[in-house]
Amino acid sequence: MTGTHLLFISLALSLGAAVEVQRPRGVPITKRQFYDENLPFTCLDGSRTIPFDRVNDDYCDCKDGSDEPGTSACPNGNFHCTNAGFRPTFIPSSRINDGICDCCDTTDEYNSGAKCENTCKELGRKEREVLQRMAEITKEGFLLKQQLIEEAKAGQQERQRKLTEMQNSRKEMEEKVEALRTVKETAEVPEKEAKERHLKAWEEQKATSRAEKDKAKMTEAFFELDDDADGFVSLAELQTHAELDSDADGSFSETEAQALFGGAEQVDTAAFERVWSNIKDKYVSESQPVEPTPVTTPPEESKEPLTDNDSEPYPDDEDILEEEEEEEDDEDDFAEEDLDKATPTTRSPEKKEEDEEAMPPYDSETHALIDVMPSEVAVTVLSSTAAQKARDDFEESERALREVEDQIKNIEKEISFDFGPSAEYTYLYSQCYELPTSEYIYRLCPFNRVSQKPKYGGSETNLGTWGAWAGPEENKYLLMKYEHGTGCWQGPNRSTTVKLTCGKETAVTSTSEPSRCEYLMEFTTPAVCQDPPNVDSSLPGHDEF
Amino acid sequence: MLLLPALRQSEQTNLVGGGGWAKPNNTKMAAALNERMGLLLGLCFSLLLGSTSAVDRGNFKTCAQSSFCKRQRALKPGQSPYRALLDTLELSDSRLTLQLINDNNKVHLLLELYRLQGNITRVKINELKPLKPRFEVPDVLVGEPPTEPLSVLSKDDNGVVLSLGPESQRLIVSARPFRLDIMEGPQVLLSLNSRGLLAFEHLQLRKNTQVDPEGAEVKENVDGAEQQGEEEKADGVKDKEEDGLWEETFKSHTDSKPSGPTSVSLDFSLPGVEHVYGIPEHADNLKLKTTEGGDPYRLYNLDVFQYELYNPMALYGAVPVMLAHNTQRTMGIFWLNAAETWVDISSNTAGKTVFGKMLDFVQGSSETPQTDVRWVSESGIIDVFIMLGPKPSDVFTQYASLTGTQSFPPLAALAYHQCRWNYNDQEDVKAVDQGFDQHDVPYDFIWLDIEHTDGKRYFTWDPHKFPQPKDMLQGIMDKRRMMVAIVDPHIKVDSGYKIHNEIRDKNFYVKNKDGGDYEGWCWPGNSGYPDFTNPEMRAFWASMFAYDQYEGSMENLYTWNDMNEPSVFNGPEVTMYKDAMHGSWEHRDLHNLYGFYVQMATTEGLIQRSGGTERPFVLTRAFFAGSQRYGAVWTGDNAAEWEHLKISIPMCLSLGLVGISLCGADVGGFFKSPSTELLVRWYQTGAYQPFFRAHAHLDTPRREPWLFGPENTALIREAVRQRYALLPYWYQQFYQAHKTGQPVMRPLWVEYPKDTASFAIDDEFLIGRDLLVHPVTEEGARGLTAYLPGHGEVWYDVHTFQKHNGAQNLYIPVTMSSIPVFQRGGSIIPRKLRVRRSSACMENDPYTLYVALNPQRAAEGELYIDDGHTFSFQTKKEFIHRSLTFAYNTLTSRNLCTESNFSTKSWIEKVLILGASKPKKVTLQMDGKETSVEFEFDASMSVLTLRKPGMNAGADWTVKLQ
Repeated sequence: MTGTHLLFISLALSLGAAVEVQRPRGVPITKRQFYDENLPFTCLDGSRTIPFDRVNDDYCDCKDGSDEPGTSACPNGNFHCTNAGFRPTFIPSSRINDGICDCCDTTDEYNSGAKCENTCKELGRKEREVLQRMAEITKEGFLLKQQLIEEAKAGQQERQRKLTEMQNSRKEMEEKVEALRTVKETAEVPEKEAKERHLKAWEEQKATSRAEKDKAKMTEAFFELDDDADGFVSLAELQTHAELDSDADGSFSETEAQALFGGAEQVDTAAFERVWSNIKDKYVSESQPVEPTPVTTPPEESKEPLTDNDSEPYPDDEDILEEEEEEEDDEDDFAEEDLDKATPTTRSPEKKEEDEEAMPPYDSETHALIDVMPSEVAVTVLSSTAAQKARDDFEESERALREVEDQIKNIEKEISFDFGPSAEYTYLYSQCYELPTSEYIYRLCPFNRVSQKPKYGGSETNLGTWGAWAGPEENKYLLMKYEHGTGCWQGPNRSTTVKLTCGKETAVTSTSEPSRCEYLMEFTTPAVCQDPPNVDSSLPGHDEF
Repeated sequence: MLLLPALRQSEQTNLVGGGGWAKPNNTKMAAALNERMGLLLGLCFSLLLGSTSAVDRGNFKTCAQSSFCKRQRALKPGQSPYRALLDTLELSDSRLTLQLINDNNKVHLLLELYRLQGNITRVKINELKPLKPRFEVPDVLVGEPPTEPLSVLSKDDNGVVLSLGPESQRLIVSARPFRLDIMEGPQVLLSLNSRGLLAFEHLQLRKNTQVDPEGAEVKENVDGAEQQGEEEKADGVKDKEEDGLWEETFKSHTDSKPSGPTSVSLDFSLPGVEHVYGIPEHADNLKLKTTEGGDPYRLYNLDVFQYELYNPMALYGAVPVMLAHNTQRTMGIFWLNAAETWVDISSNTAGKTVFGKMLDFVQGSSETPQTDVRWVSESGIIDVFIMLGPKPSDVFTQYASLTGTQSFPPLAALAYHQCRWNYNDQEDVKAVDQGFDQHDVPYDFIWLDIEHTDGKRYFTWDPHKFPQPKDMLQGIMDKRRMMVAIVDPHIKVDSGYKIHNEIRDKNFYVKNKDGGDYEGWCWPGNSGYPDFTNPEMRAFWASMFAYDQYEGSMENLYTWNDMNEPSVFNGPEVTMYKDAMHGSWEHRDLHNLYGFYVQMATTEGLIQRSGGTERPFVLTRAFFAGSQRYGAVWTGDNAAEWEHLKISIPMCLSLGLVGISLCGADVGGFFKSPSTELLVRWYQTGAYQPFFRAHAHLDTPRREPWLFGPENTALIREAVRQRYALLPYWYQQFYQAHKTGQPVMRPLWVEYPKDTASFAIDDEFLIGRDLLVHPVTEEGARGLTAYLPGHGEVWYDVHTFQKHNGAQNLYIPVTMSSIPVFQRGGSIIPRKLRVRRSSACMENDPYTLYVALNPQRAAEGELYIDDGHTFSFQTKKEFIHRSLTFAYNTLTSRNLCTESNFSTKSWIEKVLILGASKPKKVTLQMDGKETSVEFEFDASMSVLTLRKPGMNAGADWTVKLQ
């Protein structure tokens, strides 16, 4: 095949040379007939007719520039380079004799002194090599593309099948969910009752416990007040508690104390019960400081024991090491501390009471009841276990349904993408391709997003998320557009155009930022390879025939 | 390019404490910080999102915030305390000296008067015995101006009358109070100190202002203030509050002011004058406005981020030259002082309505219009050149005799420049270069902004983006094109950077007030600022441009000096501390000279690298009087807005009036992104302005000419082509500017000085004398009204050849392709119609002559040709300079310079005679032979076209119409 080729070219060369003498400079062979040296020349636009010696006389007579195909005289003229051995071309007349070699056959610089070499052969050879290579790539790429199409087709069917399957199983699952919901709700009835029962019991218990505590406090107070331990609290004894000063005038008078005793001089334990209900809100136990130390703002000295107190969830960072080292020793201390804590030394009574009331959180208490309940609620235990199981089953089925729904959504999303006329771009879906440069790693995840991550630390920048195919009308699948990336200062949001070219490999081959925050990425894939035309016909060197 | 980020000074100080960096107001700034500030960047950016696009005025001083301006401005006109001591008068033949005394503080000043050649009077006032020398501006004058003899006409106790030469001009020195009047016949042309605002703060030892509560010191400091001082004395508190004498703080920056108050001021009265121009650089109209009720015009070179239009704020450059014009005379005042300067303008007619003026006229009001001007500078001396005209062209000649003319640029520099911050890498440069060829748009220079360097180390290349600069430059050279790379004056403080090490080792950096190397923030981060006022530093800098020093440079690489105000991101008003030291002088004394010296040194470097044969090309942003000698100037960081397009005309016109002809604005606008319509209109306008360069901010979308669809590409291509076709005319205009100092881009009044209708026009302009341009600068324009000047003159539309009468407002319908341009009847303009991809490619191309006849059927023009890039036109007289005249139906080319010698391959391919009638026959006489020339005649437009007469452009020839 190559042999035939060379033959054609050498033929073209000799032909070109032969033709050159028969037509004015700069005229393509296709227009030779308009330039007959024996006839006046009519401008190709027909605007006027001039003597033939004014063709290429370096003065522009025709408005369309057609009288000066070989000189720079006309501003809108064109010069034809034969470029035998390579591709013939037109150049603007302004490039004739401008000192720059434009035509590889050197014919544009015939009077400028520019030293041009005929490079057409070399260029032709190189271009053929490139074309050959391209053709091979295209050929192989096209084969790969067929595979991709097959795979995509299979994949598509698979997805469709899976989708149908999923849709069916969704239906089943929906039914199952409904069934289990009924089971669950039925099972939950006894449990609910048990819970309510428990709640009631708990509240009763709490009330009892509160009353007992109150009574204990009262007894304690009685003995505290009964300084002479005669079994009676006297007015004087009561008066030692200035906080009970009812008119808050700073002095707790005997009259006031007597009023609290309901007129009596002294009260015994039984009578104190009535008194207690009047004073308990104000009464301050003698076993605690008169001015309670607020826990929230402990003085510097008390910090140490507080730090060790297990109510402080996290030790200071700097203490961690030390504490870890001392962990074993500390354990004993902790035990002691726990004991100490029983006596309310540093806490106000209010605080203590709150703690006690908050202690049995309803839920955990219920769960505790359900899980490890003493004998009287054994029935509840049974029914609760059943309810829990029904609930678990129901939730399990719901979760399974959600999963299926997600999968359906994903498949439907995938199906909704435009993966090309033959779905040949399907294989790119959910893949990512990277290109490291000196500064960054660029990452293209087709149909998803483009990003840029600094090589040496720093966060990733979104260069755009999938927008649309953006190629020219004749083949929109040559360009992908990713938009709405991270915003630029005083500028637009970043966006990326991905240019697809035919290649055997699927890879990002280059990235650039031609304009601020507008990126360009080149990407090769077999999916874009076109059915290779007959290689011969695309090679140069034929046009002159 | 660039900008000056609106750094808030308080945040600047935080920097030191590590609190959070200054806010970079654009990404270039951010880029500069990137290397050091790394992680903080994201933070900075988020702070910036809400930033506005207008200038942050708070960053720049008003007069009230500049203590000397406030002090001086508080003085009101009145009786001057200065008296001339006539018995001290001494007269050598060209120099008169006389002492002045301030009767309030008895300080003596020395007045020197000179009569200079070419109708210029120089007035110098300095302290007779200053504590130490006061700064006198060096290097701006091209030499010691040649003088002419002065003679005393009469003298008595009241004053002295001096003769100012032949034209019955006299200079009257009045003794009490001191005052100068320049008279011609019975008319006063100009008076100095007529309002008594001469005020010269003499140097003094520091007193403790705290122990002087009477305010006596304050009173003394503005020496002219005594008359007011008496009144204010009662108000001791006010005096006490007046601070800023020995220290002054603006935002967080404190100026230590070691010399205390040193300002100087003088007033000028211009009877009969209603129009004053000049004192660039301001983003304002051509005709200067009165400044009463606002701030004075300020001259203090500053990097102003996103500057506002139509106000007197200082910008990047300063030329302290004002022109005064009326129908009878044009004069100029050149205030040679490089310190911060403010100029107040007032007028007795400014407030009057047209009706008021008419009433004066009807009632015969005797009051003549008058403009009063007052100059105030922070330090230095009073050194004023009064250029007496009388014609506009005389003033240009006079000013050129003092500060020199526009450098003659290489031809290519007048072609189209393609710039962007930034062309990313070598491949990008190549792609853009190819883009121009693909779309058949010519260009000559492609530019590289700061990102081309290795970490903002100028004279280096980014090793990744520009690994092979010579390959790139060779590729450009193969297309007969050129490149400009930026070299800014701030030098990265980096012990691994050769330039820094050498400058530091040679002790060439500007010093801070404590004697250490001054450092400030700019693109590279921490930077040193070379002391360009030191000639040794300039010589060192120049040597860095040698091909073996500037690695990767080649002969087609030229230079751009940006940020040379100097710009210091963390300095007061984004520039250097005034108490920084240049040798023994404070920065205060010479601030406005810094950029001038940077460009001078760079230009010298480019000349030296070729052994003195090649003409340099250096663009600068900062400038001063005399900067025209070193290259081109642009109007800095403008914006993609219609108003910015409009203001480019008065801004360049104002620069042209004060000698700087090679001026341009960023085509398309630097900040922001232009609409397609604006971009096209800007190309059309820029194509007819001297320095024609497109430029864009880093953050804007790309805008190469072919990115806006084929229609717009065609419109831009056509505008650029019109520029290239007209290059022979532009080149000739710059040759003239170089030889004579006449501006290239001219206001109409310069050529029509008696036509009052032209005095305030700044939406159209002339190129030379012969082309009038009224570009479309209105969005959505369907038409515009152009004023065609000249009673009895005619103008030809250069596109249609339609003839219009002068002295009329002409309505012109426009489309997107319209660029209204008119050729003056009576002129001959050469063009090269074979527009190619670069100007070098057109070197040998033939010319077409456009002969536009005046009503007397005559025309004249010139043709200048040389090699386009060397000094041979000067050193070897290698040029062709022809006079072309058309009269009595004969077109003749004559040699204007017989000793010149140059040959060209260019020839005359076509002659168009506009306004012609049809001849029977046309003949060419050359070398004693007569040949017949073919022609065509278009009767509808009266255009006669001579077909291919073919004579060499350098030959003597005559064409006769019969």
